[in-house]
Amino acid sequence: MTMAMALGMIMPILTWAGTHAPPLVVVTPLLAGPIAVFLHKGRLAWAWALAISILTFVFVLLLMPQVIQNGHIAYYMGTWVPPLGIEYRIDSLNLLILLLVSAMGVLSLVFGLPLVENEIEESKRGQFFAAFLLCLAGLLGVTITGDAFNVFVFLEISSIATYVLVSMGAERDRRAYVAAFNYLVMGTIGATFFVIGVGLLYMASGTLNMADIAMHIHGHSDNRVVRAAFAFIVIGLGLKMAMFPLHTWLPSAYARAPSMVGVFLASTATKVAFYAMVRFIFSVFTPGSPFEGAVFDLVLAPMAVAAMIICSVQALYQINIRRLLAYSSIAQLGYMLLGLSMGSIAGVAAGLLHLFNHALMKGALFMGVGKASLRQGVTNVQDLRGLGKTMPLTAASFTVAGLSLIGVPLTAGFVSKYYLVVAALERGWWWAVAALIVSSVLAIFYIGKMLETMYLHEPPKITKSKKTAPQAPAKTSLLALGPLMLMAAANIYFFFDASLPKGLADAAAKALLGGGAS
Amino acid sequence: MNGMQFLAGHFNYIVVIILMMTGLYIVISTGNMVKKLTGLGVFQTSVFQLYITMGKVTGGRPPIVAHAPEGAEHAAANGGEHGASTADTAVRMVHDMADVPVNGVIYSNPIPHVLILTGIVVGVATLAVGLALIVRIRETYDSIEEEDVEEAEYKARKAANA
Repeated sequence: MTMAMALGMIMPILTWAGTHAPPLVVVTPLLAGPIAVFLHKGRLAWAWALAISILTFVFVLLLMPQVIQNGHIAYYMGTWVPPLGIEYRIDSLNLLILLLVSAMGVLSLVFGLPLVENEIEESKRGQFFAAFLLCLAGLLGVTITGDAFNVFVFLEISSIATYVLVSMGAERDRRAYVAAFNYLVMGTIGATFFVIGVGLLYMASGTLNMADIAMHIHGHSDNRVVRAAFAFIVIGLGLKMAMFPLHTWLPSAYARAPSMVGVFLASTATKVAFYAMVRFIFSVFTPGSPFEGAVFDLVLAPMAVAAMIICSVQALYQINIRRLLAYSSIAQLGYMLLGLSMGSIAGVAAGLLHLFNHALMKGALFMGVGKASLRQGVTNVQDLRGLGKTMPLTAASFTVAGLSLIGVPLTAGFVSKYYLVVAALERGWWWAVAALIVSSVLAIFYIGKMLETMYLHEPPKITKSKKTAPQAPAKTSLLALGPLMLMAAANIYFFFDASLPKGLADAAAKALLGGGAS
Repeated sequence: MNGMQFLAGHFNYIVVIILMMTGLYIVISTGNMVKKLTGLGVFQTSVFQLYITMGKVTGGRPPIVAHAPEGAEHAAANGGEHGASTADTAVRMVHDMADVPVNGVIYSNPIPHVLILTGIVVGVATLAVGLALIVRIRETYDSIEEEDVEEAEYKARKAANA
């Protein structure tokens, strides 16, 4: 009886949430963010942020069956019909990114509690979680919207929140202020380039709805305004996603940020910018045009290969472990960019699959470093000495993620690298395959360096000097182990059953390259 | 003569380009962080002007409609119930304003102005965060010159290693 009654109460709410899930995904964290500022007592702000991010994740899950069934969802804000109104449009491509970002939001919050208590002053924790929620809202907004100017606004919401989050690492490392400032300057230049591009598109088409722009500029890819818009948007988003020569802000920002922010940013922020790039290049501009083809072959592909090799070499020489992982991230972004620049369905699908897998492995690696730093303040590779003995589970998870980064069989990293190689051979790009192999060999060296320190060196004697971080209570430390091991397990699981990300990536690539804007 | 006409016709765009390049050059060339933010401000201002310029329709009047077009009151009275019909009317209104004269009057396009209002807000927020960071950097390093900060860090690292 009561069950039926409760069900009767819940069902209408679920139906309502199902129909209005697209805006709720963004609005929930956006409105909840400011409230977190006032919850600075104990762990209240953390609990609030966690509850909100779980709710957001549930809304994304509600979207999933609808998207898989119908191919896409279109939601008109305030029932204003596009092109005048703002449209939220979810297809397989966004859904993959939305799932990734909202799940990482939950996982990094569960993981982050002991780290935040270690690194952030208690009075600032409310503001910290507020900035985190705003960042989450911005990233989800960029992903979900179908309006070009909306992308800019959400991109800046997430970026400004990120500058604040990075600067909060100053309690651990005072260089965080300078890192955040440099990130702010570069990020703002990128966003401004992007908004110039959107403005030029508006001049050419008279509309801001992405599908509508695509319709209006179709067949006008020789138009100089459209070409200029393309260049501005590629460079602007390239700055945001740390495309190879525009990546200088990233290593410092990721290395100096609080550990929890590092985990979240490394697995989401550049991925969302990459998504926006894919969306604009394939859904808005005409991918088959000779101009875009030339940009793919002469700009994006060489940059991708350069990133894969140069940044892997740079990673090899890093002493600071977070900087090492950040350089490796830029190299891995090269893999995704390579997939994109092939311009074929197989290539784009492989790039998107690698995006998903890279978020899993880099998230797990940053979590591993953060977890280790709870016990002994870890900044440099050397500080990992003897981790295999002192923290066997953390070391094991770290190892799995590291192997996945190299692309060893039985890990998710192997799957996406395999598809990348297949796609490259299909296009006859043997040099890309060669670069992939060289880059993977370099990865063996820099991951191997860390694994060697972890397993073959004696653990340091923990001294209670100023430099070592205070030990966290065992309970919260266990809480952090859960997400880390879950991520490591995911790295193995998605080798055996990659049907969810692969299916979504394939569907997305087909929709992007096959039927234009549908 | 032709050149002069071109310059006069594209005056706003020329100003936009000059401002854009000036701003970007300041950001790159100076090591002073406040000046960097100033350059960033100039750079962003050029975009504001680009957007405002593109809203201008030759011979257009300010986009204020004195008499509501037919059907607008009706749709408004029905409120949200018939949101789609309100939207349809509005679509017609906007298209009228942008392209075809309404009652023989040409209006300028107001949408870019509205857009760039958001852009200005974003710019203000960025500037505020940037200045707050500079205050912290000044408290930490006692300087807002990039060179001084780098030197301080270099010395600190040397001292830590020694």
